[in-house]
Amino acid sequence: MTTRIYIPADMLAIALCADEVARAIAETAKTNGTEIEIIRTGSRGACWAEPLIEVETDTGRIAYGKISADDVPGLFAADFLGGGAHEKHLGLVDDISFLQTQQRHIFKSCGLYAPCDLASYAANGGFAGLRAALSMCAENIIDEVEVSGLRGRGGAAFPAFIKWRTVQGANGPQKYIVCNADEGDSGTFADRLIMESDPFLLIEGMVIAGLSTQADKGVIYLRSEYPLARRVLEKAITVAQEQNWLGADIQGSGKAFDISLFVGGGSYVCGEETALLESLEGKAGIVRSKPPLPALEGLHGQPTLIHNVLTLCAVPEIIAKGGDAHAKLGASRSAGTMCFQLAGDIKHGGLVEEPFGISLRALLDDFGGGTRTGLPIKAVQIGGPLGAYLPPSLFDTPLTYEAFAALGAGLGHGGIVVFNENTDMRAQARYAFEFCAHESCGKCTPCRIGAVRGAELLASDTPDLGLVDDLCEIMVAGSACAMGSMTPIPVQSAMKHFPDEFGARATQAAE
Amino acid sequence: MTRWNEKTSRALIEETHKRGETLTMALRAQVDAFGYVDEAAITPLMQTFARSRAEVLGVIAYYDDFRTTAPGRHVVRLCQAEACQAVGARELTAHMCEKTGLTLGQTSADGALTLEGVYCLGLCANGPAALIDDRPVAELDENRLDTMLDELKV
Repeated sequence: MTTRIYIPADMLAIALCADEVARAIAETAKTNGTEIEIIRTGSRGACWAEPLIEVETDTGRIAYGKISADDVPGLFAADFLGGGAHEKHLGLVDDISFLQTQQRHIFKSCGLYAPCDLASYAANGGFAGLRAALSMCAENIIDEVEVSGLRGRGGAAFPAFIKWRTVQGANGPQKYIVCNADEGDSGTFADRLIMESDPFLLIEGMVIAGLSTQADKGVIYLRSEYPLARRVLEKAITVAQEQNWLGADIQGSGKAFDISLFVGGGSYVCGEETALLESLEGKAGIVRSKPPLPALEGLHGQPTLIHNVLTLCAVPEIIAKGGDAHAKLGASRSAGTMCFQLAGDIKHGGLVEEPFGISLRALLDDFGGGTRTGLPIKAVQIGGPLGAYLPPSLFDTPLTYEAFAALGAGLGHGGIVVFNENTDMRAQARYAFEFCAHESCGKCTPCRIGAVRGAELLASDTPDLGLVDDLCEIMVAGSACAMGSMTPIPVQSAMKHFPDEFGARATQAAE
Repeated sequence: MTRWNEKTSRALIEETHKRGETLTMALRAQVDAFGYVDEAAITPLMQTFARSRAEVLGVIAYYDDFRTTAPGRHVVRLCQAEACQAVGARELTAHMCEKTGLTLGQTSADGALTLEGVYCLGLCANGPAALIDDRPVAELDENRLDTMLDELKV
């Protein structure tokens, strides 16, 4: 009997030598004369256990975590092909607490099958949303998106249906669906995981968006730092075209939609939607003034619907199961699930998909299991390089857009970076300015010059914090995009919550 | 990576243009093929895409990926962003620079190695992370990085 072994092949698994593991297992099986089939899958998102290999048994898939090629002889000796006991045995993968306690919707199929295996995608509920959409009128599709309460997952949290309706109502000879896959925030990897693990979900979401807005061209703007996602998406697009899920006559419906892939040039600001459009047009990624909104005048001046990867990936289930089901998940006006990413100094880092409203502490303790180093947590940064640093006293805040807005913070793209007690918060605040100086497109003076001056100010052991505050105020008020207007968030949150580390403030207060 | 030559460079520019793609995609094709955009490619790019010299140079200068000099035979890009900082990327960067005698952005005199910073590889739960040529690596420490740097010399 042939035993199936599932080994992830996403960028993280490869970075942790999953290819070497696969090779060692194949060679040992050959030597032993054991019949096995190795399937290279996407990842479950339990990053702490990668490479996480799974063996198919009569009782289900048995997992073994943090496997290296050196473990392979021992695994065979322990009869892992029969699910045998071993020090790295994690039990049934579906029973692993980190995964089992999550409420997965977008990531429900990640790691189940090979990413470009279209038959397996379809067998696990794939294309149900698109099949339904093909028989719906555009208005009804957008109505479902409105009922769902879906908001943009890229960081701005703008209600999705307003954009859809605007593009649908706009006139233009060529409308576009643009997927923003320029996931540049440190601490975020949800877009990478879904693109490398379940790429047809993104394709399906884009086609539905196209059908409802009369756009027949889609573009995925992918960052160059994700070379593997590029290869997976290229293949998935080709497979979808061959199987008629993309092209001139989708599944015989007479409706057309196709997708092309564009690889960025290593610029963080190109994650801002208008800079992204400039970049797609072959220019430097310098932000445009709004209005006009991209929904009216976007790519090449045409009506363009731009969404983050996860926003588009939420769409197939909304159409398949109805917007109501999505709206019932979550808390207050934050509907649906959020794909949090636990990163930095965390014991159980990885992807945690939960309805909005879970507390930060539950994420860090119940899922994260504390720090990897075992040191106490000093702060977390939420929402990437433009997100706030928060101290443990605020960890009971529910993770909703509303609760975080009240703190002067945001959820961004759901990345949570954990810092231990040895962290120098002034160095982190200074880094926020340095990153802004490195990435600023240069269009707005407060961003271009303010970032440089801010980094200089915080280089001093006794920085003039009044001046830093003034600088931040000007950057917030005078920058066209989030790069300049949100860089003050990490800076000022660090100053507010960790005043002792900004020597001058303590001195000034004492005077 | 192939050595820069005018024939291939021109062919790549023409192919990109024929496919209806933009200047940024043409630059991407040059970098994918040769590791950088050679000065001699500027004029064909201007002519093919009907852009001024200043425009082409402006686009090249804007994007970190579009180098204008050939990188070393091996390129190590160590993540400098927050999630990796939280698990020692600053210290690891200092160690790597000391070991190689290079700073970030520099190429060794023998053309063997280029060091660069990169801002996030999406391996944030398992930092510090790096790209060594096209190969991602994670959960780095000084020993593992040293071993990998030594392997590159072979």
